[in-house]
Amino acid sequence: MGMTITEKILARHAGLDNVEPGQLINAKLDVVLGNDITAPVAIREFEKLGMDQVFDKKRVVLVPDHFIPNKDIQSAEQALAMRTFAKKHGIVNYFEVGRMGIEHCLLPEAGLVLPGDLIIGADSHTCTYGALGAFATGVGSTDMAAAMATGEAWFKVPETIKFVYHGKLKPWVGGKDLILHTIGDIGVDGARYMAMEFTGEAIDDLSVEGRLTMANMAIEAGGKNGIIAPDHKTLDYVKKRAKRDYQVLASDPDAKYAKVIEYDVSELEPVVSFPHLPENTRPISEVGNITIDQVVIGSCTNGRIEDLRVAAKLLKGHKVHNEIRAIVIPGTQEIYRQAMTEGLVDIFIEAEAVVSTPTCGPCLGGYMGILAKGERCVSTTNRNFVGRMGHPESEVYLSGPAVAAASAVLGRIASPEEVL
Amino acid sequence: MEFTGRTWKFGSDVDTDAIIPARYLNTSEPAELAKHCMEDADETFYDKVKTGDIIVAGKNFGCGSSREHAPIAIKAAGLSCVIAFSFARIFYRNAINIGLPIFECEEAAKDIAEGDKVKVDADSGKIVNLTTGKEYQAVPFPEFMQKLIDAGGLMKYVAKEAKQRA
Ligand code: SF4
Repeated sequence: MGMTITEKILARHAGLDNVEPGQLINAKLDVVLGNDITAPVAIREFEKLGMDQVFDKKRVVLVPDHFIPNKDIQSAEQALAMRTFAKKHGIVNYFEVGRMGIEHCLLPEAGLVLPGDLIIGADSHTCTYGALGAFATGVGSTDMAAAMATGEAWFKVPETIKFVYHGKLKPWVGGKDLILHTIGDIGVDGARYMAMEFTGEAIDDLSVEGRLTMANMAIEAGGKNGIIAPDHKTLDYVKKRAKRDYQVLASDPDAKYAKVIEYDVSELEPVVSFPHLPENTRPISEVGNITIDQVVIGSCTNGRIEDLRVAAKLLKGHKVHNEIRAIVIPGTQEIYRQAMTEGLVDIFIEAEAVVSTPTCGPCLGGYMGILAKGERCVSTTNRNFVGRMGHPESEVYLSGPAVAAASAVLGRIASPEEVL
Repeated sequence: MEFTGRTWKFGSDVDTDAIIPARYLNTSEPAELAKHCMEDADETFYDKVKTGDIIVAGKNFGCGSSREHAPIAIKAAGLSCVIAFSFARIFYRNAINIGLPIFECEEAAKDIAEGDKVKVDADSGKIVNLTTGKEYQAVPFPEFMQKLIDAGGLMKYVAKEAKQRA
């Protein structure tokens, strides 16, 4: 009986020849991740256990990114707790301000997550790394604490839904539009507890960046993980970054799927998710006239260099509409520098957008762009829940970087074609 | 263990930002988090809720972020347990890990009205609506999870395992 790529990774890490959906396994972990919000809780639990060391100093990764650079005294205390722990335990991959970035932009870029890996992170968007052909899933702080101690975690082997995307994408349509379209179709619990395997011509055509965007939002459909089998693009990306071995796996032709869902995406338009759930999607042509107050371009979903290039292409020679503000947040220091080298930062500043240091900031309503009552924002982030970016009566519309940049210019939710 | 309390009813897809908004995550103190429990869904929730009360919700309860602050806030606000049509994966895992009792029961989630008095037997998963007299059976936990629950959460389980190995 064939296995899916997800089943293969889980089996290998559990030391088994094969596994089946529903099976409970205990598996060895390649990477355990935490951030400034989740790690302090995990550290407290870890210390209660009375352990004097973590299972592997190189494989526990700590990234202060949510409220960092510290937004207030309490955040500073949480950051300090994490820094102190990192020092005490000699954590190799602790990323201080100046070296940090948004965790899910940073880990792939730094070569810390690789094909075939089994990764857990105390952050729901840990599923991002599935784009490289790894099994990666979000857990809570207590799971992180136990994993830091033992290097293992228990899993229920998920069933897999296979998504096949046929056709070539139109200009200005990217990974974000594919995943929003998918969530709009299956709903925010459409893949609850399940693996989402993305395949097809449109996926092959996507860059690694676009694939990271897709896997990033598997959790928004309730998925346990999102996964894309590695190809030459993945290997090009990984080869220059990896400092250890990795395993290139793929689903067997006779692997069993809970469901196969096929889309023809050749006519797909840019997609926008309306408040207050990612499943409330509409194609851009059906959005209507919605004026906005703010645009955010960034986050672990769309804060990569390719996203900034798309935004810059649309903002070049234009100004941000005079009644709104636009905030651009490169995902890592490296992306920031690349954006400077390529002249993108100039374009943003010329257009009168602000460019921030890497941080999660506004994505989770932390700081750096909080919405007032009644305000509306178009954002390239991944969640538009009530109060996600500020006041409970504010609104977040999710889109890719092209719609976000076009909207910044026109002051209302707009199609890129209206600008270029 | 048995819980008896008044219910508070919520709809489907209650997300972790509704359970505890991120703006309060600059602390992980349970008592602080409790004050803002369900705030964006019902501003006065914390003031109204009494120790032992029960949350009843629709499908996909706890979707969104991995923040363990969500089950922590619910527990610290004095709620005894959550009954839902279904739970989002990470929330489910977190609740079991920290010892917040949760029960998956489609019928009960649909039937029970806000303010009903409900009794739950945690060991058997039997739910009784004392207001209407109706009885329900929650989906039982897989054996391994029941072990975690019996141990008092994941860390206690890990500690026990470590001791046995040593
Ligand atoms: S950018 Fe947003 S979604 Fe991504 S890790 Fe940060 S807070 Fe979470």
